[in-house]
Amino acid sequence: MYRIVVKKRLAPEITLFEVEAPLIASRALAGQFIILRIDERGERIPLTIYEADGTQGRITIIFQEVGKTTKKLSRLRVGDSLLDLLGPLGRPTTIEKYGELVAIGGGIGIVPLVPITKALKEAGNGITTILGARTKELVILEKEMRDLSQEIYITTDDGSYGEKGLVTDVLERLIGQKEGMDRVLAIGPLIMMKEVCEITKREKIPTMVSLNTIMVDGTGMCGSCRARVGEENRFVCVHGPEFLGEEVDFDELLVRERRFQREERIALERYEEELKSAHAQAEARGED
Amino acid sequence: MPRQRPEERIKNFQEVALGYSAREAREEAKRCLSCSPPPCKEGCPVEIDIPGFISYIKEERFASSLKILWNKNSLPAVCGRVCPQETQCEAWCILGKKGEPLAIGKLERFVADWGRSQSAKIKIQKSKFRTIKVAVIGSGPAGLTTAADLANSGYRVTIFESLHLPGGVLRYGIPGFRLPKRVLDFEIEGIKGLGVEIQTNMLIGKVLTLKDLFQQGYKAIFIGTGAGLPWFLGIPGENLNGIYSANEFLTRVNLMGADRFPEYDTPVQKGRRVAAIGGGNVAFDAARVARRLGAEEVTITYRRSEKEMPARREEIEHAKEEGIRMKLLAQPTRFLGDEKGWVRGMECIRMRLGEIDESGRRRALPIEGSQFIMEVDTVVVAIGQGPNPLLPSYTRGLETAPKGHILVDEDGATSILGVFAGGDIIPGEPTVIDAMGQGKRAARAIDRYLQRAGGK
Ligand SMILES: Cc1cc2nc3c(=O)[nH]c(=O)nc-3n(C[C@H](O)[C@H](O)[C@H](O)COP(=O)(O)OP(=O)(O)OC[C@H]3O[C@@H](n4cnc5c(N)ncnc54)[C@H](O)[C@@H]3O)c2cc1C
Ligand SMILES: Cc1cc2nc3c(=O)[nH]c(=O)nc-3n(C[C@H](O)[C@H](O)[C@H](O)COP(=O)(O)OP(=O)(O)OC[C@H]3O[C@@H](n4cnc5c(N)ncnc54)[C@H](O)[C@@H]3O)c2cc1C
Ligand code: SF4
Ligand code: SF4
Ligand code: FES
Repeated sequence: MYRIVVKKRLAPEITLFEVEAPLIASRALAGQFIILRIDERGERIPLTIYEADGTQGRITIIFQEVGKTTKKLSRLRVGDSLLDLLGPLGRPTTIEKYGELVAIGGGIGIVPLVPITKALKEAGNGITTILGARTKELVILEKEMRDLSQEIYITTDDGSYGEKGLVTDVLERLIGQKEGMDRVLAIGPLIMMKEVCEITKREKIPTMVSLNTIMVDGTGMCGSCRARVGEENRFVCVHGPEFLGEEVDFDELLVRERRFQREERIALERYEEELKSAHAQAEARGED
Repeated sequence: MPRQRPEERIKNFQEVALGYSAREAREEAKRCLSCSPPPCKEGCPVEIDIPGFISYIKEERFASSLKILWNKNSLPAVCGRVCPQETQCEAWCILGKKGEPLAIGKLERFVADWGRSQSAKIKIQKSKFRTIKVAVIGSGPAGLTTAADLANSGYRVTIFESLHLPGGVLRYGIPGFRLPKRVLDFEIEGIKGLGVEIQTNMLIGKVLTLKDLFQQGYKAIFIGTGAGLPWFLGIPGENLNGIYSANEFLTRVNLMGADRFPEYDTPVQKGRRVAAIGGGNVAFDAARVARRLGAEEVTITYRRSEKEMPARREEIEHAKEEGIRMKLLAQPTRFLGDEKGWVRGMECIRMRLGEIDESGRRRALPIEGSQFIMEVDTVVVAIGQGPNPLLPSYTRGLETAPKGHILVDEDGATSILGVFAGGDIIPGEPTVIDAMGQGKRAARAIDRYLQRAGGK
């Protein structure tokens, strides 16, 4: 069993867990992920390995509550265990010295951005960072990225922190100002990655993106995670999750991302009802 | 054999065929001529003593009968249900020359089910001193058989399985109405009872490599990772929403319980008009699952005619009874979607049959200009699968054939010393019983190899 040993709230609806998983911890490399299942009836969901501590035998995961599974996950406590944990999955990031690198993270996409940027910095790349989020509270891991970067820019949709606007606004500006931008790494919502790639394609700057398609097994067996990259259908779980952004068909992914929207809503509403009635019962018994 | 009525069974995932009663089993067993030597045995890749187990049924000595089955086969309830007996043991039965061959599979199932009803357990041979460790990768029928046989020969066997439950295709592919999960669970528990350890959530190649396994003291390795790479048609529109590979569709239901969504968290679309593409067991399973999920109209689209369909006859008949339609001699050419990206139509071209090709079936040829459109909202692509490439791609020195199968010699030995393989990952017939036969062969070869390598 995979026991949760540390739990932290990083922001509203964003939680960090350290989980006991010695084998995974001893193997994981930047860019890889795990698939977990909470209980017998649970779904298998992928999450990035944020940090792996081989000596303590723990991995760190950070997740945002977006639906039933992530909500259920956030209610687990220190001492609870996950039923299943598989990993490390996916190809690790290719770590090379490219030169000057711009790392762009949007929302929960900042989670994979940190370990990948760290590894790229250790390989001698210069890092400029742009982080974007809806609002101030959701700018996570800022300190970690700041420590890795020579420059850091932050944008929020509502202007509550950093500058008001989008990461692409900053990117456009930097392209105008900066000499030699050798590579861009962009991880975040599909629409953000798409917009970034439109700019960098125009500027001919190679850009890596990390895709988060809907997965089941994570071992290349089902094709649920497939994405059109270049001329080919690629399985994100085994061929990715990182791909060259200019080759990715984002429009198709934007559609595929919504393929279980109806069911996801049903599951979430039902779960919230369950929580409410459990809460009401507890109150009736005079607990809480 | 009694069966659930079609109008009932399309509303549930319970087993279709209900199995013999003791009286029916005895009556059928009495027809066996106890031939010596028995030709039927030639058709059984796991070498069951067929007249042997059947003669005990005649005397109603079911426990003795079960012992004979277990001697060679640790998955009799599985085999009795999903073996293509009509082309295996029963094809060789002498009675088949003039009339009906003996229902060997159904009898095997009867005895195994009797054993389960008695919670019968295989006796472990405690006398053996288990010190030599062998690793088995993959817990499908190939891996399970190898593990059971090696455990019976006194080895300490660990199975590594990447999914969270063991069984391979028996778990995630074949639906419960053909092979109930409790039947599978019971036989897997029996194999564990022989001393086999099963570690799930272990993707070998990634989590541990073959080299790691040798370093951890495993003296030999069996690879039974199966054919887990789904093929797609490669035609326009294939990534529209509502289009699944059979593996995805079946896994969501069989492994993840999506038929019970939202009690279970994993979803699947039920679909109103479903097309399953292909003519094998996989296409039929997908179509019948779709029917049970509540689809109104389910059509199997196959490019040849019914005669060429590789699926088992029995399953084709069952599907027809369940109201599943067939669109034969038709091949999809593209999928059409609505403005929101959901599949709404499937363009097909009519086919005709030509010369016999290398697979021994008549080649399907398109008829120019004969395109037509079928209305669909869910499509399951079941045109076959390739060997799972993950492990070979992470293992240096493992020789593979052009299509990715692992190459083995007549013992099941691969190009790496001490590494053996069998089942769908090697070239050959993709059936449960062939996978098991190859597992048995590899277990024997591993035993010989280890005795040579250092003695037990
Ligand atoms: C390789 C990989 C790494 C990931 N790493 C992280 C991570 O480190 N932290 C994190 O919070 N999330 C990560 N995700 C996304 C995470 O898997 C999903 O948020 C999760 O599966 C949602 O499950 P749910 O049941 O809570 O929500 P659901 O009810 O299933 O979905 C709710 C909504 O979330 C979105 N969603 C659903 N599935 C995904 C998905 N696979 N990716 C993105 N959005 C999705 C959709 O908009 C959907 O409508 C990763 C995904 C992949 C493929
Ligand atoms: C839907 C369907 C219906 C079928 N119906 C029939 C039928 O009625 N009769 C019949 O005879 N045959 C049938 N078949 C074919 C039959 O199931 C297969 O031929 C048989 O299961 C092959 O067995 P195997 O042990 O080689 O592999 P599999 O059953 O595929 O098992 C392989 C196992 O290895 C695991 N694995 C893969 N890679 C790794 C790794 N790197 N590390 C660890 N584990 C790994 C997989 O998760 C899987 O559990 C059917 C197949 C399907 C898909
Ligand atoms: S295992 Fe299969 S082939 Fe062998 S006797 Fe049983 S049904 Fe026939
Ligand atoms: S060939 Fe038929 S009749 Fe003869 S032993 Fe085998 S099952 Fe019995
Ligand atoms: S998740 Fe099944 S193939 Fe990628």
